[in-house]
Amino acid sequence: MLVTERERLREELVGLADKYGRQRSSLMPILEEVQQRHFRISEYCMQVIADLLDIHPVEVHSVVSFYSFLNEKPQGQFVIRLCRTITCDMAGKEHVARQLQNDLGISFGETTPDGKFSLHWANCLGMCDQGPALLVNDRIFTRVTPEKVHGVLEQCRQTFGTHATHSGREHRP
Amino acid sequence: MTMGTKTGELTFSRVEPGMGLAAALRKAPADVLTEISRSNLRGRGGAGFPTSLKWDLAAKTEAERKYVICNADEGEPGTFKDRIILSDYADLVFEGMTIGARVIGARYGIVYLRAEYAYLRPHLEATLQRRREANLLGQNVCGQEGFDFDVEIHMGAGAYVCGEETALIESLEGHRGEPRNRPPFPIDTGYLGQPTIVNNVETFAWVVCIMAWGAEWFRSHGTGKSSGYKLFSVSGDCARPGVYEFPMGATIAQLLKEVGGEHAKAVQVGGASGQCVSAAQFDRTIAYEDVPTGGSIIVFGPHRDMLDVAGNFLEFFVDESCGQCTPCREGAAKLQEGVEMLKRGKCSMAYLNELCSLGETMQLASKCGLGQSAPNAFLSIVKHFQDEILGRTGKKRR
Repeated sequence: MLVTERERLREELVGLADKYGRQRSSLMPILEEVQQRHFRISEYCMQVIADLLDIHPVEVHSVVSFYSFLNEKPQGQFVIRLCRTITCDMAGKEHVARQLQNDLGISFGETTPDGKFSLHWANCLGMCDQGPALLVNDRIFTRVTPEKVHGVLEQCRQTFGTHATHSGREHRP
Repeated sequence: MTMGTKTGELTFSRVEPGMGLAAALRKAPADVLTEISRSNLRGRGGAGFPTSLKWDLAAKTEAERKYVICNADEGEPGTFKDRIILSDYADLVFEGMTIGARVIGARYGIVYLRAEYAYLRPHLEATLQRRREANLLGQNVCGQEGFDFDVEIHMGAGAYVCGEETALIESLEGHRGEPRNRPPFPIDTGYLGQPTIVNNVETFAWVVCIMAWGAEWFRSHGTGKSSGYKLFSVSGDCARPGVYEFPMGATIAQLLKEVGGEHAKAVQVGGASGQCVSAAQFDRTIAYEDVPTGGSIIVFGPHRDMLDVAGNFLEFFVDESCGQCTPCREGAAKLQEGVEMLKRGKCSMAYLNELCSLGETMQLASKCGLGQSAPNAFLSIVKHFQDEILGRTGKKRR
């Protein structure tokens, strides 16, 4: 990472620490916002955050590694989480999973090379009466079938276009 | 007895916003507590702890700061009634929190909203803002001198275990969501070491109804030990899945009839951490004293492979165990392996008995409710469907 880039990132994190406060209970909101903006929480970010909150970097890392919505590895602009819990399973989530993998060309836990999509399993999204369900960033899709998968992905691609620079997360349904 | 009503016809839609809070503010906090105590309201998250007792203990603890926390980390498989309450009746939830704040003397409220429900946040923030403008939150709430209370929303980050109240508090404090040893309980040593009440979304909404219509109204429904109504999230093999409201003490058969699931061979009551009830026991009642639930009802039709069901639940627990204590972390993985062996038809009766004994150890020795209830589904499926799971040839029976 370039020194100037590090400086800029550091400034941004200082801004977040000022916004949420420098006590330990601000850690989660800070991490959540970093994840949203940068699609990851890098080692460097963790160190700076630890420094700002006056805790050991290992403490920050232990929190990041605990929660499934926080990632050290870079995630795509669109994080797709397919529910694998019982009723979505009964409603045919395996077929949706297969089609997602086919259309994206990646397996679960991976990110497409263009950095657009990440694919993950999720545990119960709370849409059990309308399964199979999947979450794309903050947006929920229900009664998803294999033939609907393409449409969901196209919606993501079209909403933000190939040259879009902003994150999909700012979009609310 | 009025039977189930679907979404949109819930009791919550009949209570006028503001009525409960106004009634509560006319009374002294101690009298509010007495009213809730007489209603016999018990925690709607599933554990069934008496709400008035929790609030009373927190009220009696002296402290500068106290907290009211709404547990909106609805992660139990098959549960989605809190999503409906937060979408359609958010005012009731905040109103219930405000009543709780007045009873225990808290000025700060937090809604811990699961990350999977992030799309509800703008609506909840807007509702909070509207309430602040109407002086239902903020300083001198409803013109009551010295009664200050406000609520903020705190997001979870995808961890089922954070539905456990001490893990939830750990998460709020910026730690891994690992449950604490209890005691001390949150009522005296909660968020930031201060007295804290943590209640389910639905519990807060019922408090408002009790305030509006009185404890007698609430008690006149349900059973002696489990009074009032309860919301159920019904999913699986039935004609009409969705959110239903039933009085406590309804039988599983009654419920199945209402949702169009009469042909079920089994019902999972209480989600992954609940128990699997086979058709022979459909006359059992859903109540704290018989089959308790936080509201999750999953219906399994005659063609379902119960071993797949057990395997799915165990996969869930292996993934969601926080890893802190050995019985839960290792036990769930061992049981999952056992299910795979059963699926391949490679499990002896002796080994199955060992697995069941391991399950019982988990129930006894795990630190929190997650580990203690992780083997429930497996054990009840082994008990009721032994003929279906033993001696498989490796091919699916269908």
